[in-house]
Amino acid sequence: MTVHVPTSPAFKQNAHEALGDAALQRALGNVEKGFIAKRRKAADKIPEFEALRDSARDIKNHTLAHLDLYLEAYEEKVRAAGGHVHFAPTAADASKIVVDICRRVGARTVAKGKSMISEEIDLNAHLEAAGVTPVETDLGEYIIQLRGERPSHIVAPVIHLNRDQIEENFRAAHTDLPADRDLHAPESLLAEARAMLRQKFLAADVGITGANFLVAETGTSIIVTNEGNGDLSQTLPKVHIVLASIEKLVPTREDVSQMLRVLARSATGQEITVYTTLSTGPRRPADVDGPEEYHVVLLDNGRSAMLGGEFREMLRCIRCAACMNHCPVYHAVGGHAYGWVYPGPMGAVLSPSLIGVDKAGHLPNASTFCGRCESVCPVRIPLPKLMRHWREREFERNLSPAPVRAGLKFWGFFARRPALYRLATRVGMGALALAGRSKGRFRSLPLAKGWTGARDFAAPQGGTFQSRWAAERKAK
Amino acid sequence: MTDPPCADGPGWRMSPSVSSAFHLSAYVESFQVALSQAAPSHGPRPRVGLFATCLVDLIRPSVGFAAAKLIEDAGCEVVVPSQTCCGQPAFNSGDRRTARDLALQIMDAFRGVDYLVAPSGSCAGQIKKHFPELFAGEPELARRADALAARTFELISFLVDVRGVTSVKARFDGAVTYHDSCAGLRELGIKGQPRRLLDSVEGLTVSEMKDPDVCCGFGGTFAVKYGEISGAIVAKKADNISASNAGTLLAGDLGCLMNMAGKLQRLGRPVKARHVAEVLAGMGDEPAIGEPERR
Repeated sequence: MTVHVPTSPAFKQNAHEALGDAALQRALGNVEKGFIAKRRKAADKIPEFEALRDSARDIKNHTLAHLDLYLEAYEEKVRAAGGHVHFAPTAADASKIVVDICRRVGARTVAKGKSMISEEIDLNAHLEAAGVTPVETDLGEYIIQLRGERPSHIVAPVIHLNRDQIEENFRAAHTDLPADRDLHAPESLLAEARAMLRQKFLAADVGITGANFLVAETGTSIIVTNEGNGDLSQTLPKVHIVLASIEKLVPTREDVSQMLRVLARSATGQEITVYTTLSTGPRRPADVDGPEEYHVVLLDNGRSAMLGGEFREMLRCIRCAACMNHCPVYHAVGGHAYGWVYPGPMGAVLSPSLIGVDKAGHLPNASTFCGRCESVCPVRIPLPKLMRHWREREFERNLSPAPVRAGLKFWGFFARRPALYRLATRVGMGALALAGRSKGRFRSLPLAKGWTGARDFAAPQGGTFQSRWAAERKAK
Repeated sequence: MTDPPCADGPGWRMSPSVSSAFHLSAYVESFQVALSQAAPSHGPRPRVGLFATCLVDLIRPSVGFAAAKLIEDAGCEVVVPSQTCCGQPAFNSGDRRTARDLALQIMDAFRGVDYLVAPSGSCAGQIKKHFPELFAGEPELARRADALAARTFELISFLVDVRGVTSVKARFDGAVTYHDSCAGLRELGIKGQPRRLLDSVEGLTVSEMKDPDVCCGFGGTFAVKYGEISGAIVAKKADNISASNAGTLLAGDLGCLMNMAGKLQRLGRPVKARHVAEVLAGMGDEPAIGEPERR
């Protein structure tokens, strides 16, 4: 059983390796090229897009303000439709609930739709340990499973890979394929995966899907996909388990239709995904298909604790990935460097809440605060502000690196004392200007290796502005 | 926006929509803030407190003189109150106490001026957008922070948006490319203003780079704490700058400029970097950032 231990504490080392990985760097170019222009185009096409973002934010805020009531209402509706709702306070609880259901029905294989909650609770490892074989049916997740990896992006799990790498994985796993079988074109890969997965769908005893939204009004869970694998995962096996976290709730179907308008546009630049699949309870007597059992596992895992605090706004997130698609740091290092399930700006805020800021402390620091994430977030989460709040918690708990604290303290001492500051900076800058006069810049500076490792440092012109201004005014 | 926050499903709205009440109170508040902030008047020539910013103060005083000239040319009086730093490095490092102390220092120092103007979107943004956050729950100080925020502007937006400047008298020969620094762009909405003024500079043409609105990787302390990642981001920026074929890079923030100039120089690219204020003030003949004095 491969349980994934967060490597977030080694973020710097992860980033270093990512920056030196030529294949990864080539693949990351696709993030910038694809997602950004497509989102822009989709957003520009409807004049009400900005208003829709306000509306999406408000729907989520309203739901979070009354989450207890909506959860109760949702549970009641699922029960009324013949389904079961299981509350899972922790990741371990959620895995145990799923494994127990699988054991009870004697499941040997499980067909899985794409679910980040499944990643969060490390479900595949737990299923395997219980002798149940999980089969990922989303093409990207299937490739990830072949490689024994984690997704590097919450919408496009294999964005870190190039086609030839994927082809290699397929050849290694699908050994019965003739050597001349084309696996380079995406359509060809998809056809091969589809043929193989069709057997798995038919053989699976349990289907597990995530949920993009849970509707309190009707007890419905909704997934949006582009491959249709989710539909098969949830209709063919005799048991359907929906795996979702508590903040996926929205009040009504009408609300969902508003959320869907911003979700696909923000994520992939589509007006709407190819499939939008609703499921409510198990198969009814008159239904031609559907599962015999319907379970919803509702994961908390630290979220209810976020509700009452300064990170509450993060619970609005609808996992569109626009933040990471627009993040210069994500573009540079990719998703795996972040070291846990959720990468990019949303992960930088969410991960410390879920696995602790002592483990994930680098993530909210590894941001330039350029604000591009916030400017595209469909539910207007102030991501830089929330990252800053984590930095505050770290500073309070003395978790920030010692050199940073020492530097701040030294600089703060002078900045608080303007007269001393003017004197010290005039002397200091005078010396630095003299030292850098011939070249105009420094290739290396003690105490500034972080800077000069990557670029030159401009020498000061000499004299501070304040001293020169005072001298000029005096002369006039 | 006139849509209700969520469409009301029958019996599914646990509390009524609050949007109309919210809009009204926000409106009344903005009205009160505006009234309480009527700037002290100093005759026909507004008095501008120039906040040079630490980087300009320490590294490139010529930007401060260029800013002062532009503000004076826009019909204002310039004063330079005693100043150190706006506290942004502390604020963004989670040290709110130091950030708060430095904010108070600036609020005191710039009490008597009609405007606070800074040749930096980042520092102006700190004062305009984040000072008020530092005093949440302290009504008297919050009111003062709001009042200063309302009088605070980034240099170019002050010239164009407040003083109505549409052109400058300056000459600069050659093609320039302009980088939109993040805080100025996203916190303060500065995008067209510098380009508009640059268009009026004789001999100058603007050659836009690819993605001028994408971060250069500076990020304040980020550039030192995560130097390698910052270096990778600015390397991409340097490529975009070079590909624009402009001989000069301009921007409105010295931090970003030092980052980009430093990378261009490390890579041996011939592009020269200057603060946009220097070119607009006709002071484009100073040695560029990181370049030695000509002998």
